[in-house]
Amino acid sequence: MTSPVQAPANTAVFASDVTRTFGDRDVLRGLDISIAPGEFVALLGRSGTGKSTLLRILGGLDPDYGGEVLVPQRRAVVFQEPRLLPWQRVLPNVALGLKINGPNERARLREQSLSALSEVGLASHARAWPVTLSGGEAQRVALARALVREPQLMLLDEPFGALDALTRARMHGLLQDLCARHHPAVLLVTHDVDEAILLADRVLVLSEGAITIDLPVRLDRPRDRGHAEFTALRTRLLIELGVSVE
Amino acid sequence: MTVLGKFANGGPPAAFATPPGDPGPITLTRPSAAKRHRAGVIRIPRPVRRVAGPVLVLILWQLVCTEGVFTSVEVASPIAVIDAARELWSQDVLQSNMLISLQRVAEGLVVGVAAGVALAVLCGLFWAGEDLFDPVIQAARAVPILGLIPLVIIWFGVGEFPKVFLIALGCVFPVYINTYAAIRGVDVKLVEAGQTFGLTRPGLVRRVILPGALPGFLVGLRFALVGCWLVDVVAEEINAQSGLGYLINQAQTTDRTDIMFLCLAIYAILGIVADAIVRTLERYLLVWRHGFQGA
Repeated sequence: MTSPVQAPANTAVFASDVTRTFGDRDVLRGLDISIAPGEFVALLGRSGTGKSTLLRILGGLDPDYGGEVLVPQRRAVVFQEPRLLPWQRVLPNVALGLKINGPNERARLREQSLSALSEVGLASHARAWPVTLSGGEAQRVALARALVREPQLMLLDEPFGALDALTRARMHGLLQDLCARHHPAVLLVTHDVDEAILLADRVLVLSEGAITIDLPVRLDRPRDRGHAEFTALRTRLLIELGVSVE
Repeated sequence: MTVLGKFANGGPPAAFATPPGDPGPITLTRPSAAKRHRAGVIRIPRPVRRVAGPVLVLILWQLVCTEGVFTSVEVASPIAVIDAARELWSQDVLQSNMLISLQRVAEGLVVGVAAGVALAVLCGLFWAGEDLFDPVIQAARAVPILGLIPLVIIWFGVGEFPKVFLIALGCVFPVYINTYAAIRGVDVKLVEAGQTFGLTRPGLVRRVILPGALPGFLVGLRFALVGCWLVDVVAEEINAQSGLGYLINQAQTTDRTDIMFLCLAIYAILGIVADAIVRTLERYLLVWRHGFQGA
């Protein structure tokens, strides 16, 4: 056992000197990251740099890491695919894993799940089977499933990567609304530079197993992709990601 | 606005501006060769079409018999089979033997399916269970069950128990193999999702793994429903004083081909009924696969 590290006060995520090895491949090599409560952080990186590995560690899906990692108890993950249970209707999918203690709890959880569903605009689909939903609808249900547990940390693993551009734009708006209302700390893993700048308070770039860039985004919301500072940030990040920009 | 193969305004515009490097004229056709449902053709309802094949077989069978291709000892005609059914029914032979076979099969099926599911869950969920039981089950599966009959007679005599035991044995393996494979085939991404949303291990089993394995279990059940009758008929032909298999065996000693055919026909009908039951089960249990809204 490593001796417990005291996380700085007022922190939602604290990770220090995190390492993760697959076979002889060091994916994470001494990574440090901290996220404040209510802060929206986007994590960029080329494919295969370990973005999802980090997210899986924070989400509790990968116990075989080195270093110190501290996360809140109430956390929720939205994956790239909705990962809804196909044999449950939408509402029980949203309520998945919520604990029922006490006689009135069942009705309360139902109410809570329904209100999460209506927040993503799908209250009318409560009794639908997941197979009947479109890609965007299914992902909104996945968002509701994350929201319903009032997470202190939301981990989003390229949640909009599989959606078409129009749906993605609507999901960006929805996510911003939800974050403004519930204030979870958010770690959004993405490979879309614009998405990162559009949504995040801070953009990180993961490269060679460590965070190489940590840029605050000080633009007013809603953000304009044509804004000079937006463009400058984009250029800077693209260069860091190894994309040549004219 | 153009429609495929047709121009909405009645004809092509008089002249397209010919682009440089003109590829030449293109012949347009409709994308489908012909309309599928032509007007004026009477559509035969599906149940009628489904029944048509078996009815045709019956007619051919009867024709072959009346034309004298086979003697009545070689092949009994459908009409002779119906007569045999009437005869045995009036003597209460058919009902009682059918009932006893049904009872044996039902008992064996329940025990065998339950054991198959229990073993599959044990081996599917726990590595220790798999390491301990799976090799034994795989080896046992390779032993022909019917080869066990002499041993089973020595062990358990000729009462009801050995027959039920053999039938159960015939059901265990198909259920085990398919359910076990289905449990191991449950999408690991769904299991992970369940874990991240706080499902405990029993919760994961109940809400993710078992529902996910249900389609595989139903495939195993179908195999078991066929296998149980196979074992039943053989067990009854060898060491029984009752049952459909016994009836076939008796018919052989008296050259009653019509009774043999009758018993085979009953097996066939029972097979169809069993299949229909599983299909209905699937329709209700696997509703989520197609988003079927009824029921």
